[in-house]
Amino acid sequence: MAFSRRTFIYRGSAAGTGIIIGLRLPGSLLAQENDHPRASTPNPFEAFVHVKPSGEITLIVAKSEMGQGVRTGLLIPLAEELEVDLNSVTVQQAETRPDLYNHLGTGGSHSTRQNYMPLRRAGATVRELMISAAADRWNVPRNQCFAKDGSVLHRGTSRQASYGELVGAASKLPLPDPKKVPLKKESEFRLIGHRLPRVDVPAKVNGSAQFGIDVRVPEMLFAVVARCPTFGGKATSFDAAKAKAMPGVVDVFEIPALERDKFTAGGVVVVADSTWSAIQARRALEIKWDRGAATSESSDTLRKSLHAAAMGSGKRVRNDGDVDTALSNGGTVIEAVYEFPFQAHATMEPMNITIHARGNECEVWAPTQGPDWVQRTMAEILGLQPQKVIVHTTFMGGGFGRRYMADYPAEAAQIAKKINKPVQLVWTREDDMGHDFYRPASCHRFRGAVDAHGRPIAWSHTLASTSIYAMWHPDQKPEELEVGGAKQMPYAIPNVRLEYAAVKTAVPRAWWRSVEHSFNGFVVESFIDELAHAAGRDPVEFRRSLLLKATKPLVDEDDVDPLRLRRILDVAVEKSGWGRPLPKGWGRGIASYASFGSYFAEVAEVSVSKESGLKTHRIVAAVDCGVAVNPEGIRAQTEGAIIYGLSAALKTQITINNGAVEQSNFTDFDPIRINEAPPIEVYLAPSGDEAGGMGEPALPPLAPAVANAIFAATGIRLRRLPIRVKDFA
Amino acid sequence: MIRTRSVEYGCGLGLCGACTVHLDGKAARSCQTRVSSVGARKVTTIANNNHPVQRAWIAEQVPQCGYCQSGQIMQAATLLTEKSHPTDDQIDEAMAGNLCRCGTYQRIRCAIHQAAKGA
Repeated sequence: MAFSRRTFIYRGSAAGTGIIIGLRLPGSLLAQENDHPRASTPNPFEAFVHVKPSGEITLIVAKSEMGQGVRTGLLIPLAEELEVDLNSVTVQQAETRPDLYNHLGTGGSHSTRQNYMPLRRAGATVRELMISAAADRWNVPRNQCFAKDGSVLHRGTSRQASYGELVGAASKLPLPDPKKVPLKKESEFRLIGHRLPRVDVPAKVNGSAQFGIDVRVPEMLFAVVARCPTFGGKATSFDAAKAKAMPGVVDVFEIPALERDKFTAGGVVVVADSTWSAIQARRALEIKWDRGAATSESSDTLRKSLHAAAMGSGKRVRNDGDVDTALSNGGTVIEAVYEFPFQAHATMEPMNITIHARGNECEVWAPTQGPDWVQRTMAEILGLQPQKVIVHTTFMGGGFGRRYMADYPAEAAQIAKKINKPVQLVWTREDDMGHDFYRPASCHRFRGAVDAHGRPIAWSHTLASTSIYAMWHPDQKPEELEVGGAKQMPYAIPNVRLEYAAVKTAVPRAWWRSVEHSFNGFVVESFIDELAHAAGRDPVEFRRSLLLKATKPLVDEDDVDPLRLRRILDVAVEKSGWGRPLPKGWGRGIASYASFGSYFAEVAEVSVSKESGLKTHRIVAAVDCGVAVNPEGIRAQTEGAIIYGLSAALKTQITINNGAVEQSNFTDFDPIRINEAPPIEVYLAPSGDEAGGMGEPALPPLAPAVANAIFAATGIRLRRLPIRVKDFA
Repeated sequence: MIRTRSVEYGCGLGLCGACTVHLDGKAARSCQTRVSSVGARKVTTIANNNHPVQRAWIAEQVPQCGYCQSGQIMQAATLLTEKSHPTDDQIDEAMAGNLCRCGTYQRIRCAIHQAAKGA
């Protein structure tokens, strides 16, 4: 197949192909993908819309469904402009063929946000071609024809032709300029902004959805890996005699740890005829570990290092006015230190992957957010050309960033080098908990001042964290890349300073739902509340008075429009009944925060008592994600991110002892359960701008809203997550 | 461990409920059930079923990633055989052993109420 950037269209040479429109979609997600610039890829397209002569329409794109509803979110703008219903279009996961597709990966709350307009244009392009083909066929003026329900109709007569009938002629027409193709008006939308069922729900209710762990291939074997509990440790020797003698065990061998980009622990592999046999045999292994240099690390030592770094000075990120002078000018000075632990992703489906290496080619079934990265990793380890590794992306039992990583694929490739049959590598819950890439731990020192009129005059934030980039891209600058939300602190305070310090650790870190916004949202929205209290002002009125017009143009994806934030704050205030009296022992807290291009304000109502401890009674969330492409998806993602954030706010954390993770399962890492889940009200207030991301931005304002509510109820300011009842009850 | 399609491994310790099936119509954690102990009891999963709970799950658009949902549905079905119109508190109590990391709890409550109405 030959493609051209200029024609924007591919016409099949064989008869009966129909029409295929290539789409350019915006950027790749991970920085290391810069190593594989798209200029070197022969095919310039990231996705295709294929209309077959049968009338079947397919969107082919590499976007992974992990529960975020991406398949529905991508179909809506396409089907809207195409004038077909949602069930007439299917999403097909693009093959991992670098000669055919530029892959994008799925993450960063990007999918619907970045692809909304390109998909609308693609749908409109096909629609306009069909209308032209029909007008030609009937020899009538084009403006007498219109598209509806997958057909073109002639106004005034009963003439009608389906897209299937028209596609042959349509594919021979010149393509309209995709930038000038007419788009529907908002008032004409049938799908965008309407409540629609998700396309993947039926399969997840009738048992037909296939997750990675459900994959079964004839003659397959199962593997588990015994990894050193201590990060950086390795086996010095092992005795596999007992394990090998156990029923079903096929082989036991060692795999080395892998560095850069893969970051696997290495260890001793057990391959058996069932997961159960493999796990039992792993227990029977006798391994001597060299626990390595990280054994001196513990959460206590790390907490001290982070604290010391936050108390010192870091790299200057933002410096408005003169903070030091403002702090010493006789106003009321407030100091606060906030602390955050590591967090595990803890997806419900633990990591797993199935691989079948067959000499000079390889087939993989992967629950992954980054199938192209899986392909490159496998190809590198197996010494194959990437196109010889075919990756089938399955449904995923949760992603949250964890399934972008290529560690479990790398292990599977190492195992496949030794085993000629299909093998499913399975991580147990304990493996998953102990060898995640964790949300960084951090410590934040704040100093602020309010003047005699109750106006804030100084804001100083020193952020110390166990940088993600220090691990993945040591050549890049965490002070530029891991300060989202702290750097863009939107309140109009004349003297503002932000400094960043990276703290070393052997604990692996990576991207976790909302990344650094998960703690920066907490500190910004807690400290502004502390300043409001110090000023003796209502936290809503205080925030509103400081959300003024942006002083600089919005350029960066994290940049915040203060007026949009104020508007959504007002929605949450109204919907929550802010200021209405609450029962004794109750408190109401608010937080407003923008990330991933979406604006949120959340109000929490909590009660605190000696008898029942802390109870979260109600969460009100107001969201402005620009365009509400898929309102049902927006509600679901808001509810989900709030519960995920509530787990980290109140319950879960990863602690380190002697260089190893202390938590092992849902016993000691116990997320929010249904009996702890508050009712959540979601109010959509789209402001008609571009589409914002939705996978992550509901999370950051949740924890500060809860902590501010606890303060309102008790007068106790909680600055360390997770919040423990013993801290205040 | 009983292993059929749509029965998912989550923790291996009976803490998350993802592997919940019915043994003779009653919810059981398959990770805590030896095959030898099942005997002649009938094993039921969501597969090839169209229970009112499943229809309510679609109507309320409960699943996100979907991994825990087969267990949630089986647990909810048992609850409704024991209490035909459970309150929110009774739902919370009966469903507290079933974790969902996507946070679909509110929709689970709504769907159980809806199934109770329809049944």
